[in-house]
Amino acid sequence: MNTTTVIATKFSSLKLPHLDATLFSNAMRLVALPVAGILAFLLLWSVTAQNIDTSLGKFPGPAAVMEQFNALYDEHQRSREKERAFYERQEKRNAERVAKDPNYQPKIRAYTGKETFLDQIITSLITVMSGFLLAVAIAIPLGIAIGLSQALNNAINPIIQIFKPVSPLAWLPLVTMVVSALYTSPDPLVAKSFLNSLITVTLCCLWPMVINTAVGVAGIDKDLVNVSKVLRLPALRHVQKIVLPASVPMIFTGMRLSLGVAWMVLIAAEMLAQNPGLGKFVWDEFQNGSSDSLARIMAAVLVIGLIGFLLDRGMLALQKLVSWDKAAN
Amino acid sequence: MSVLLDISHIDMEFPTPKGPFTALRDVDLKISQGEFVSLIGHSGCGKSTVLNVVAGLYQATRGGVILSGKEVTEPGPERAVVFQNHSLLPWLTAYENVELAVKQVFGKNKSKAEMREWIEHNLDLVHMSHAMHKRPDEISGGMKQRVGIARALAMQPQVLLMDEPFGALDALTRAHMQDSLMEIQAELNNTVIMITHDVDEAVLLSDRIVMMTNGPAATIGEILEVDLERPRHRLELADDPRYNQYRAKVLKFLHERHSKPDVPTKKSTPAKSDAVPAHAGADIKETVDNAA
Repeated sequence: MNTTTVIATKFSSLKLPHLDATLFSNAMRLVALPVAGILAFLLLWSVTAQNIDTSLGKFPGPAAVMEQFNALYDEHQRSREKERAFYERQEKRNAERVAKDPNYQPKIRAYTGKETFLDQIITSLITVMSGFLLAVAIAIPLGIAIGLSQALNNAINPIIQIFKPVSPLAWLPLVTMVVSALYTSPDPLVAKSFLNSLITVTLCCLWPMVINTAVGVAGIDKDLVNVSKVLRLPALRHVQKIVLPASVPMIFTGMRLSLGVAWMVLIAAEMLAQNPGLGKFVWDEFQNGSSDSLARIMAAVLVIGLIGFLLDRGMLALQKLVSWDKAAN
Repeated sequence: MSVLLDISHIDMEFPTPKGPFTALRDVDLKISQGEFVSLIGHSGCGKSTVLNVVAGLYQATRGGVILSGKEVTEPGPERAVVFQNHSLLPWLTAYENVELAVKQVFGKNKSKAEMREWIEHNLDLVHMSHAMHKRPDEISGGMKQRVGIARALAMQPQVLLMDEPFGALDALTRAHMQDSLMEIQAELNNTVIMITHDVDEAVLLSDRIVMMTNGPAATIGEILEVDLERPRHRLELADDPRYNQYRAKVLKFLHERHSKPDVPTKKSTPAKSDAVPAHAGADIKETVDNAA
């Protein structure tokens, strides 16, 4: 903010009215106005927060939340320190025992400390990406098939329309029971809770992709389809050379919508099912009920929002990289 | 010359909610090898429908199309189409657009080097060598249409079908493209069916001009043989009385004998009428789209 104002003042003293005006308006648009918006929000937030009393103390303002960000980071550092120390001790102990008895098979135990905020973020990110990728693998071929075949569309559309508005909370108990019943390996590759979250995410974020892909495929320019017919492209080549590239922009629109849904669904699923991740962090803090809890939850809310935003930007960047249609925004 | 393409008494009906709509009735035309035939008529008279039947994109309700002794039942590269709005794949470069066609048609018979040479040869023919690695959105409308023509020529079609190929271009570019097309046709002796709105274009390019009556149930009204020696030059022809006679005949047909009484503004700019879907009337197109 300060530098912009300084630059703006400098330029206005140069007596270049035109250049000055454009530079200034660009600086206003890109820097000053967003910063002003954020400052106004922070002000409103801190004033409002001071006036809300809860059973856990005052609602946290920006300063309290910032403090908790630092505290969470410190906790993370301390936990990593402990973990390092734990492995060091274990290694030392094992080395000593091997020195005493060369036949001793050293046991390596994993560190089982509490997951830190950062660990929860990473768990959530891994879960959401896995669920999303599984949904992509199902939705895009299904969407293409529906878009190509009117009959299939008529057959499947009612099912899509019914399942699309279902909340993740409704799916979760069913998913949990089914996973418990079917996933009974003695040595599981991944945790059940991970599978629960993943499948719930997949079920909820499938639909925007299916619908957008189908609409994109069905809406391909008739002339392009005619080109394919005149060339007598075989079905697979038709999909590969005409259908897929032509519907890439719509597929990406669906993927961006789906990823947004996936992230929202995941947090809810983690909260409700006590699956590890950011949602569990929020729930744990809520149950914990210390004077810091609300500030920590608010910190998590901000992080959830920021990650959601970054995921969307990431998809957009990927779209710009992959798609021929550079008009995306 | 022997008959290459026999459009034999075709009728075309489209189903509509109000019952079948007869777009064409008894269209009968025989075209020889190397002949350049224009179809001219008002918007909605079914010119494009004729072309689509020859292309195999529509199946005639009665009658049929026979190309070199074989009946046409589906689209195929031996009847390459140049579409009005170029129809290049926007994600491929000019070269790749032609390559898609060449690979599909000659993939088994030509080596990679031969195919490459053939693609470049065809792009050269339409004077697009300099921009062959550009994508459609990086080149002008005229250039896109050139690439569309190169793609069609590269299939080595027995008949080249052109659906108002220059309709969307400005007058100068159009004149330039017409000259190019005449050069190419003189060199390759292609058989061409071209749909046009433009009387000058029809007279300049064609050996025969097929004038169609207005739909519904459109058919061939009159056929005009254009007996002007080739190569033709537009500037010399402008003062040629025969050229002006041919022109007048077509104009007379379009404006006097078959102008629609309910659409008196038909003599307005061709650019405007180009925007109207040229086949089977707008309402038909809509129902077809809705059904899809």
